[in-house]
Amino acid sequence: MRHFKTDKPSGSTNNAIGSSFIHESAVKQVIGKAAYIDDRPEEVNSLHAYPVLSTISSGKILSIDTSDALQIEGVVAIYGTQDIPGKNDIGPVFSGDILLTDDVIEYHSQPILLVVATSYQTARIAARKVAIEYQETAAVIDIKEAIANKSWVRPPHALHRGDAQQAIKDATHQVSGELYVGGQEHFYLEGQVSIATPTEDGGMFIQSSSQHPSEVQHLVAKVLNQPFNYITVEMRRMGGAFGGKETQAAPWACLAALAAYYTGRSVKIRLSRSDDFKSTGKRHPFYNTYQVGFDDNGLITGVDIDINGYCGYSPDLSDAIVDRALFHADNAYYYPNAHINGNRCKTNTVSNTAFRGFGGPQGMIMAEQLVDDIAYYLGKDPLEIRKLNLYAPGRDLTPYKQKVEQFILQDMIAQMEQESDYWARKAAIESFNKTSPIIKKGLSLTPVKFGISFTVQHLNQAGALVVIYSDGTVHVNHGGTEMGQGLNTKIAQIVAQTLSIDMQHILVNATRTDKVPNTSPTAASSGTDLNGMAALNAANTIKERLFEFAAKHFDVKPDSLALVDNQLTHEKGQISFAELINLAYLNRISLSSTGFYATPEIYYDREKAEGHPFFYYAYGIALSEVEIDVLTGENTVTRVDILHDVGNSINPALDVGQIEGAFIQGMGWLTTEDLSWNDNGVLASNAPATYKIPAIGDTPAEFNVTLYDSKNPATTVFKSKAVGEPPFMLGISVWSALRNAVASITDYQFAPSLNTPATAECVLGAVQVAKDWLQDQKSGKQGTDKKGTGDA
Amino acid sequence: MVQFLLNNEMVKLQAFAPSLSILDWLRTNMGKVGSKEGCASGDCGACTVVVGDLINGEWHYKSINACLMLVGNLHGKHLLTVEALTTKMNPAVEDLHPVQRAMVECHGSQCGFCTPGFIMSLFALYMNFETYPGKEKVIQALGGNLCRCTGYQPILKAAEKCFSYQNQAAQNIAHKDHRFSKQVQALTISLEKDLALNKIPMIENTASGSEGQYFYLPQNLSQLCELKASHPKAQFVAGATDLSVEFSQRLSYNNQLISVRYCPELMQFNEDEQGLHIGAALPYSEFLDRFSEIYPESHELFERLGSLQIRNAGSLGGSIANASPIGDPAPLFIALNASLELQSIRGNRIMPLQDFFLDYRKTQLAQDEVIVAIHIPTRAPEFNLSCHKISKRIEDDISAVCLVLSYQLDGDKMQDVRCAMGGMAATPALAKNVAQALEGKTFSLENLQNAALQIQVDFQPLSDVRASSAYRLQVSRNLFDRIWYQGSGKIQLQQDSDLAIHSISAIHTRINHASL
Repeated sequence: MRHFKTDKPSGSTNNAIGSSFIHESAVKQVIGKAAYIDDRPEEVNSLHAYPVLSTISSGKILSIDTSDALQIEGVVAIYGTQDIPGKNDIGPVFSGDILLTDDVIEYHSQPILLVVATSYQTARIAARKVAIEYQETAAVIDIKEAIANKSWVRPPHALHRGDAQQAIKDATHQVSGELYVGGQEHFYLEGQVSIATPTEDGGMFIQSSSQHPSEVQHLVAKVLNQPFNYITVEMRRMGGAFGGKETQAAPWACLAALAAYYTGRSVKIRLSRSDDFKSTGKRHPFYNTYQVGFDDNGLITGVDIDINGYCGYSPDLSDAIVDRALFHADNAYYYPNAHINGNRCKTNTVSNTAFRGFGGPQGMIMAEQLVDDIAYYLGKDPLEIRKLNLYAPGRDLTPYKQKVEQFILQDMIAQMEQESDYWARKAAIESFNKTSPIIKKGLSLTPVKFGISFTVQHLNQAGALVVIYSDGTVHVNHGGTEMGQGLNTKIAQIVAQTLSIDMQHILVNATRTDKVPNTSPTAASSGTDLNGMAALNAANTIKERLFEFAAKHFDVKPDSLALVDNQLTHEKGQISFAELINLAYLNRISLSSTGFYATPEIYYDREKAEGHPFFYYAYGIALSEVEIDVLTGENTVTRVDILHDVGNSINPALDVGQIEGAFIQGMGWLTTEDLSWNDNGVLASNAPATYKIPAIGDTPAEFNVTLYDSKNPATTVFKSKAVGEPPFMLGISVWSALRNAVASITDYQFAPSLNTPATAECVLGAVQVAKDWLQDQKSGKQGTDKKGTGDA
Repeated sequence: MVQFLLNNEMVKLQAFAPSLSILDWLRTNMGKVGSKEGCASGDCGACTVVVGDLINGEWHYKSINACLMLVGNLHGKHLLTVEALTTKMNPAVEDLHPVQRAMVECHGSQCGFCTPGFIMSLFALYMNFETYPGKEKVIQALGGNLCRCTGYQPILKAAEKCFSYQNQAAQNIAHKDHRFSKQVQALTISLEKDLALNKIPMIENTASGSEGQYFYLPQNLSQLCELKASHPKAQFVAGATDLSVEFSQRLSYNNQLISVRYCPELMQFNEDEQGLHIGAALPYSEFLDRFSEIYPESHELFERLGSLQIRNAGSLGGSIANASPIGDPAPLFIALNASLELQSIRGNRIMPLQDFFLDYRKTQLAQDEVIVAIHIPTRAPEFNLSCHKISKRIEDDISAVCLVLSYQLDGDKMQDVRCAMGGMAATPALAKNVAQALEGKTFSLENLQNAALQIQVDFQPLSDVRASSAYRLQVSRNLFDRIWYQGSGKIQLQQDSDLAIHSISAIHTRINHASL
């Protein structure tokens, strides 16, 4: 059941905010007319380029022979590092991300050369015909090797409050554990693609499926050694991104531009699916350990958590990602004493990157493991331990010293306990498990508290451009990008509400760097918060001009003016919006405006590891019920109830769509999506045949999503809250419920560690550990550790 | 020349690369870019189109992956793409085809890249059912379409809602009074006339200047055998569900192809006193309904074989001739003691399927031979069958382990025990020691568990991306417990050494996955 109205709203235009308008592209998408980059008609003499990718993970290039490739009919040219007019380093924040290599190979499928040909097929075939000799060296794939060697892509950073070790030592009880957290392939349905077309100015026009057009602009300019104003990037829509096109779209745009620069022709690059898998970054896998001290009730007194991100060969965005893992290793729980360290481990794999949650999920899952382990240790219900440790007034300071100011999780959990019948279902499941030897059920409720803002302060800014034409229709551009989340729809609603006109009069389309400059990536769930506010400011600027003009023109009191239902009303009468605009035009009033927004209040002092990195927190809870088969480890999610806080929802249908989609993506991350590398660092799960994202049958049979009734206390656009990432972490409830099902084998006295993804194989392994533990207990084996794994 | 209908146009093709997929042809040659390439390997469904087969003057429509099916095999068909469904230029929501309208109204698209594929799978469903067929059928129809944005909930809603609109002729091309449908009717008559005149259709690749690139469509078995004898390098193609992956992923193109899809001998399904005879080129979906009536135990195995798009295109002959170590049909048919009928200009021979596989992707098929049919002996009254598939995902995944056990029950004794497994060795194979351990034994948990210990004698499986060797061995052993629980209708529940017997109806033996 989906708790919102999907009907097109009718009545007053003053209700644009809060109405479930359909996605602005929905009709175009269902009839096949919504164009993605590869759908654009090609210029008559356009070319295709394809990278030559390394076949080893670590070593050096000894020789390159392109003669066979060049002989293939249709091959135009092959370019390498020596052909790059500007910089070869395209690191987004720190240096170290290399466009092409001619010497050292640091990961499998690293781009070495670029083949340009008259067709896609020819370019791909020729790229494989380039003969390269390597001197191979041992690849570092195991994160423990990187940790032992202190091999980092960026220095470690830690949060600390009090003396965590002492607090743990002094506690009545101690538990420790470890967890391998798997990575995740974005599997955006539209793969990486870019077209570069030379302009008559000598610059470049780039169409790129990118979440960050400004960065593509800057990097293309740097690679070609051209000023920014000669490069224009356009991005109409992406066929999914999820963080995978924040930095990972840029190399292909730069390479297409390189080929276009030399050939003077339009050049397209589109990666095949398996090359996209192999040569673009993924969600960071993590290896984490924890120790926790607590009292008889399960109240936490101290934690020491070590978080290690597999960053791959280069920094990319890993510094901020591991930071966000640190900032979320508390999730929603108060740690009076804490030490949380984060390492950025260097491995010979593709550089891992942003993915919905941006490290947050990999930190947050530790908090959830820790509270579950406390519960099983004490023989208490995990939900009781969760409730006991929630942030609350007086227990409100995070390990990075930001004060938590909104405490709605208590109320949300109470609502869920009642509406979803938590305690009755828990009792029913426990009794089911007693008489069901093969199928075991599990239940778990986990909360999410997710910090909203870029942790890199300067990114928290946005611009918009609102123009009104003399017929009263409106065109809006903004710095955000549309990747399916409905950002353009929400922006149109914000402008419609501000000007009190119907949605049909507003068009929001392609993001272009020559319309709104110096933009931030559409990431960190910030799209609407930032760009919506900028669009609101732009619309308000025009509205003020219109009011000033109308007050004079009609000789009415300014405070009698109002925009209502496509009309301007005032004390003497009314005029339609379109007539007002035409009148303003004839009276030479400016009808376009930029808008700008910068998030207030946020800062972080890295030296002291404290600050106020987040403008506010978004909250949600999920209750998942699962079944496992103890013979095979097969598992399934049978029911999910979600209560999520989006503040004052701008568009409930779109928000629920984000919540449902994020949950399933989170569930996939923790269950079936299994990235597997062989010992040589080659990605074995490199296609949808071997890497399984959830399919339609994996949707829980019962899936209830409810928006929590609240308004954001922070001053966001129409009191709404960000929604892109936070619900992803609701998927952790599935993993926790799987552990709960396994724990039924030990009568909930012990839950084996469950590395993720919890595939059937992984679950069966945990079942075996639980059975062995039970056997040991029965045979009265001494010294059996009741704690989690790790220090046993 | 091959000839077919594309939406409401007649298409006649003389020359093209034989390896050309429908998707590449649509996007590159026809400018029809509504169908998307998500993976080019038949795993994501973004390219799904609908293909009609003309049977006795009526079109029968089904969904297929345009990235896999080759253009040559469109001969005589009706290809429908997403562009056809709505004929108005700038349609309002109410102007859309019901499946499109429902997707819009249920918020079933976000990024929209998978959407045309979902639309076409839904369209095939809509064409084949008059009312909402229930969630299980919807999951079967859409199991091969991946969406990364929505979590599928709104798409499930749309699949139900599309059947709820008043069917308005003016707006729905599935309605026979629709202008589009009338055009198609007229074109169909003209297509039928042309087909009758075209004896051995073929396309050549004259454009590339390469010699000897062809795609033949022989119309009977003797034509086919003669062509194969005179073109020894030619490869047979049916649904191309494996072959096209060779093209798009390995870039190894064979442009000398002979279609087996137009030989009536390879497209039959017969039942007689000897048993079942399934044409080697017959798509799975054409025989599954009847097959599942005879062998209901295999229903789940087939429902989980690829996706509906794959089952609409793939065939037993293709799967068996490819000799994949993990193809799901082979263990089933080995356990059923099926045999293959092989034909060449030299003659005809029958071979037990269990002897057909020699090694990894190596078979007994001679260069000039074709698999004509699979023969399955008549089901005896006391015949028992148990099929099990373990994979990471339920829908559209390849087995880590596929286990099929068959036996005759003589009283409580198991006779003629056959156990075949996939994913455990270089080829699908019999677990001979397991079968031997069960032969003549009573059907009991103890006997099954003892026999399961022989699995490691029969197989030393590899560790790979789908599962570790240890898991493959353990799970296949444990499956013998499941065979007992499901076969006995009883369960032994060990609780503090008290033995309790429960009736099967009270015990779950499978997870409640949405599609199971």
